[in-house]
Order: sequence, then structure tokens, then C-alpha cells
Amino acid sequence: MGRKLLIHNDKVPGINTLEVYRAHGGYASVEKALKTMQPDQVTDEVKKSGLRGRGGAGFPTGMKWSFLAKPEGVPRYLVCNADESEPGTFKDRYLMEKIPHALIEGMITSSFALGAKQSYIYIRGEYFYVARILEAAIAEAYAAGWLGKNILGTDFSHDCYVQVGGGAYICGEETALLESLEGKRGNPRIKPPFPAVAGLWGCPTVVNNVETIAAVVPIVNMGGEEYAKIGVGKSTGTKLISASGHINKPGVYEIELGITVEEFIYSEEYCGGIRNGKKLKAVVAGGSSVPILPTELILKTAKGEPRLMTYESLSDGGFQTGTMLGSGGFIAMDEDTSIVKNLFTFSRFYHHESCGQCSPCREGTGWMEKILKKFLDGTANESDVDLLWDIQSKIEGKTICPLGEAAAWPVAAAIRHFKHEFIEIAQKKKFVDISHYDRLNKIRA
Amino acid sequence: MKVTIDGIEIDVPKGTTILQAARMIGQEVAPPTMCYYSSLKTSGGYCRTCIVKVTQGSAANPTPMPKPVASCRTEVMDGMVVENVTNKDVLEARKGVVEFLLVNHPLDCPVCDQAGECSLQDLGYGHGAATTRYEFPRREFERIDIGKYVQLHMNRCIMCFRCVKVAEQLTDNRVHGVMHRGDAAEISTYIENVIENDFSGNVIDVCPVGALTDKTFRFKSRVWFTKPVDASCDCKKCSGKVRLWMKGEEVLRVTARKDQWGEAEEFICNTCRFDRKKTSDWKIEGPTKVDRHSVISQNHYNHLNELKVQVLKQQKALGFMDINKRP
Repeated sequence: MGRKLLIHNDKVPGINTLEVYRAHGGYASVEKALKTMQPDQVTDEVKKSGLRGRGGAGFPTGMKWSFLAKPEGVPRYLVCNADESEPGTFKDRYLMEKIPHALIEGMITSSFALGAKQSYIYIRGEYFYVARILEAAIAEAYAAGWLGKNILGTDFSHDCYVQVGGGAYICGEETALLESLEGKRGNPRIKPPFPAVAGLWGCPTVVNNVETIAAVVPIVNMGGEEYAKIGVGKSTGTKLISASGHINKPGVYEIELGITVEEFIYSEEYCGGIRNGKKLKAVVAGGSSVPILPTELILKTAKGEPRLMTYESLSDGGFQTGTMLGSGGFIAMDEDTSIVKNLFTFSRFYHHESCGQCSPCREGTGWMEKILKKFLDGTANESDVDLLWDIQSKIEGKTICPLGEAAAWPVAAAIRHFKHEFIEIAQKKKFVDISHYDRLNKIRA
Repeated sequence: MKVTIDGIEIDVPKGTTILQAARMIGQEVAPPTMCYYSSLKTSGGYCRTCIVKVTQGSAANPTPMPKPVASCRTEVMDGMVVENVTNKDVLEARKGVVEFLLVNHPLDCPVCDQAGECSLQDLGYGHGAATTRYEFPRREFERIDIGKYVQLHMNRCIMCFRCVKVAEQLTDNRVHGVMHRGDAAEISTYIENVIENDFSGNVIDVCPVGALTDKTFRFKSRVWFTKPVDASCDCKKCSGKVRLWMKGEEVLRVTARKDQWGEAEEFICNTCRFDRKKTSDWKIEGPTKVDRHSVISQNHYNHLNELKVQVLKQQKALGFMDINKRP
């Protein structure tokens, strides 16, 4: 059994209440930090822990915190990014729903380290019921004195707010999130300046993912060095993985970074193998935007080493033969899956979620979806594959925010590894079964 | 600060963007722009036509920037090295951006009032492909009157956000903005005919395409059949420095004076733009100097002689027969 630090108590009845959470060692990190540590010491512990952002990009959290500008007389903010919208990712929801106090405890400890008097949890609109859970937990924390003025009798005061978004994927991009939080249209800002210098209302702001903030709690409790012992190399600690697709046991799993992908898919502790005894065809390892990999490349790297669930191992080989850990949205597909149909679903999503600010993403995402629709309808020809490749290459890296890349990478990877499927459809040797969509349309109508 | 653009070094003050530095060097290396407007704050960065490659970040940190950057929103650093027209990837990427801009553009130039002074036409001509690879229906909208004098033809819009910034920065109340998202995004007032502001006419000048047009000028004449002259008047609301577009003695249209980058030098008020349509309203300063590459320069008296001399020189150099001595 791997160690669990974040969701080890998830099955305890009543863990969503402050009383039970406290009885299981909750809010110890706040006590430890506020009573025995200086803010910079907390930041140092996070640096030592080697914690990397769990939202997708994997940027070292301690470094992000140390970039925060600290001018005199200007408030600083901590914003928690709970706008978890990447297809295939649902770990933050699980954490917030089951153990809301873990997030709030992390918010208080992190805010203490950053010197933030106010913090915001920006949660996506579809999670309105989770927002209610969080608000109930915050009310409990206020009543018990964990939030508010002079927490634990120290001069540290803190207020935490929950803000529900409208449910746009783009608002998970940190600057679009800040715009939305300020009450504007959620369009990404042009960087620089970065949020660490001018973020929320022009003040220095740190934006962190739910899981990142929750991971600060065990780091403070056990010490950064102890936390860094878990994992392999620069991938330290534990990570929540949202496993979905054609596996026997879909769900949220906390893994120690460094287990092999093979173990994760086939062991009884985690996914429990591919359902109905079928063979694995491909895996999207970190949420829909990361490149899809065929079985032979997801289980072993191009060098023949076993692929590990770490930031480095999954990205081994670049995008030619590798992928990314991303947000940990692990989607497994069995041998019957049509990669083209799956890609259409992803592309439709990115087309729907493009904000419309910059031209390559606004026009390119829609164009790619329309071409992929041709494959589904059986009217595509071989030149469409090259056209798709060309369009994605002209979107990637040319946009304001990473949504352009997120839309381009899955297309590129599907063509890179599964070009034969596109060609077979274009040559009318095979067709995509779209009866599923017909049924859906009938239900909608 | 020293910055090198396409091998040409220039000294610029701190805070200058790459685009401004390139424009200081000259037209040859200046990237094309669709959404940037120097007199509007926070404009630029959206259309991505001005992307350039930074091969050296600064003298202190010479690592190249991984992705192409929008030159209009990137400030120069000392010792920065930038490649624009000398970089194949940049030109290829720009071609891609032009293609994206044209994907949902109706290409109805023959019936568009902007034709002849359209930034998208120039861009497409200079950087685009000859044919389209887009085979699907383009998005369509109804034409709407967003104000008494301004008509919005959303089909042609390329979402440069300039008109939104004009309304935000020039007028007291912005009543139009962007609705919806992605390729369904549109400029709209939500309620028709609500733009009443005295400076609202400037949205027509800043629009790089034919999406916002002057209702007092629509379909009156092609721009190249009119003669632009600079004129002024004593206006209480604005500087009164305008450009009249005349046909004979008739003033067909009044616009702001635009510089060589197609940007208004000074914004003008609606009274000057829409109500002063008689020559007696204006003190005429003289003919506008139009670039000879512009279609507007055709048939125009002020450059005709100069042009003739140039053409003759070229012909002589190429050994052509003198056009005037043809048997």
C-alpha cells in the first residue's frame, strides 16, 4: 500500500465536519505554523518538499511563492483554483466534497506563509453543491476561530471566501480566473505582468490548485524534507489521480509518485486492469489536453525503461514518444475505442470553450472540429489529415494562453501515433460508429 | 536600450515595445498589425499577426524566448535580438494567422465599403495564401444599426477589440461589448441603436475591416474614386483636424487624419464627422499625401506627375518602349 497524505481519511464518517476532522488531527498545521514558525519558514518547508503545482503545469510551488512581490502597504492575495474543468479530471471535486476542511486548512497555512489577509476559492459553476459544502465548512471554521481575527490569539487574521464561477473552462487559466473573480469577462490577460506582481485587483497574487494547497498541510505537519523522501527525483510526494475510461475500478486514487504506469493500470489496489478482459489500446495520462499514447509507449519509454507515474518519466521523449502528467486525469481506452471519435469529442470541447480573444484559437478550434466531423460522417479524404496537422501546428504556441496548445496537442498526438486510423476512414475502409451521438441527440430532442 | 531587429540596431527608450522600435526603423521591418492601436491603452495582443521571434532575450539573459511573441505587447530589453521578416518560421506562422482571420470572413470585398482602405485586404495581399482551404459555411449575422450613424456588419469582424477600447477610453459610457465566446463571439450592443455618444463615430475609424461603417457614406462611392483633402474647422468638442473625402465639390465623407500606419492622429467628434458635409464648413488645407502604393492614390492629381516620371524611369531602365511615342 502506498502512503496516503491527502485522502487517507476519506472513508471516515462525518469527516466533512470540523469536529471529526479535528479529532483526526485536523488543523494541526495551522497550529504548528502560527505558533512555532515564521511565514518564511513555511515557504522554506514547501521549497524543501519539492512540491510541484498539481493543476497541470507542474511548476515548483515554493518557487512560485518566493516570486510573490511584497511591496509595503499593498494587500496580497491567495487564490485557490477550484475551476477543475479539464475533461477526465475530477480529483479536486472528490477532495473538496469529502474533506472540505483539508482545503481550508491549507488555505490558512498557505496564506500565513504568503502574508495574505484574504483568500478566495474560485470554484466552477457546475460544482455549486461543492461550493455549499465548502461554505458550510468555512462557517464552522469561523465559529471555531480558525478563520477571522487573531487566529489562535496571534496577530494573524484571515478571511476566506468562496466564489462560484459561471462554468467556463477558460476560467481555469489563472489570469482569466482573476478577471472573472473581479467580475469581468473571463478572458486571459496578456502576460507579463504575471499574477505574482499584478494579479487580483492589480495586487500581488498567488494562484494555486486545490490539491497543491491541500498538500501544504502534510508538508508543514511532517516537514518538507520528510515529504520529499516520497517519490522519485524531482517528482516528490503523493498525487491524486482521477482514473476513468475502460478500467475495472474507475475513481480517484492517491498514489506515491514513482509507481509504474503498469502497476497503476493493472494492480488491484488501483485501476484493477482493463474491463471485460480486453486489451489496452491507448492512454491519455493527464487530462484531455496532454498527448495520447499507445500502449507500447505508455507502459515503456522509447528507451525501453518502464514508464513511471512521475512528471519526468511521463514526459520522457518529449512529445514524440512521451506525454505529460498534467492534472492527473488518467483516461484508459480499450482495443475497441475509436481514436478519431475520441479526438472529435476533445476537439468539440475545446471549440466550445475557446474564449474568442485571439485568432488562432478562436478560428482554429472550430475548423478542426468541423474537419473531424467529416471523419465521423465518412466524407473525409486523406488530405484532411495533413490539413489537420497543419492547422494544429499553426495554433500551437501562437496564442495568448495555453488553451491553444491544449487544443492542438491532442490532435497532433492522435495523428502522430494513430495516423493509420485516420487514413483507413478516409479511404472508406472503416467507419466510425456514431449511433451513440444519434441516441444522445434523440434524448436531447 | 539597444535592440536589433532583422539585423538593424536601434537605440530606444525604456518601455518601448518591439513593434514601436520596429516602426522607428521603418516600414520594411515593422510587423503588420490588426488589433494594435498606439493611442488606445491595452490594445493589441489579440490578432497575433505581429508575432516575431526573439532569438536573444537580453544582453544579461541571452536565452531565446521559446514561443513567438506578440511584438505589440512585448517591451524591449537591452541587447534584445528580434527576427521578423528574416525568420521563415515567423512568416509561416503569420501566414497561418492570416488564414485563421479569413476563415470566417465573408471576403465580400466587391460590395464592402472598406475595400481599398482595409487592413485585412492589405494583410491578405501581403501575407496570405492565394486560395482558401476552408470548405465549410462561414458564420453569418444580421446587419444591425448600433447607433444613429453606425452600422455593424458582424460577418466581417475579426475581433480586434479596438472599438470596445475606443468606447471605454474615449467616451463616458461603454454600451457595446463582446458577447458569447469562441467563434460565436460577437460585438454587440444587445439593444439596437443605443450608441449616442459624441465620439462614437471613431469606432468606424479604428475598425480595421468593414464591420463598422459610416451610414452617411455607405455605398456612395468607392474610396478610390474620392479625393482626400486635409481640412480643419474651429470645433468646440474636438481638434477639428479632419480629412475630407470629396467627389467634385461634394464632401462624401469626413474621417480622422490617419498616419502611415493607418491609425488616427486625433479622434474627431460626431458633429465634424456626420454633420459638416459642406465645403463651406471647412478650411481646406490641401490635398492629402497618399502613398503611391495605395489604391486611393490612383487618378489623383497631386502625385500623377511624380508617378509618371517614376514609371518612365523604370521603363527606360528596363529598356521598354516609351509609352508616349507608341506608333
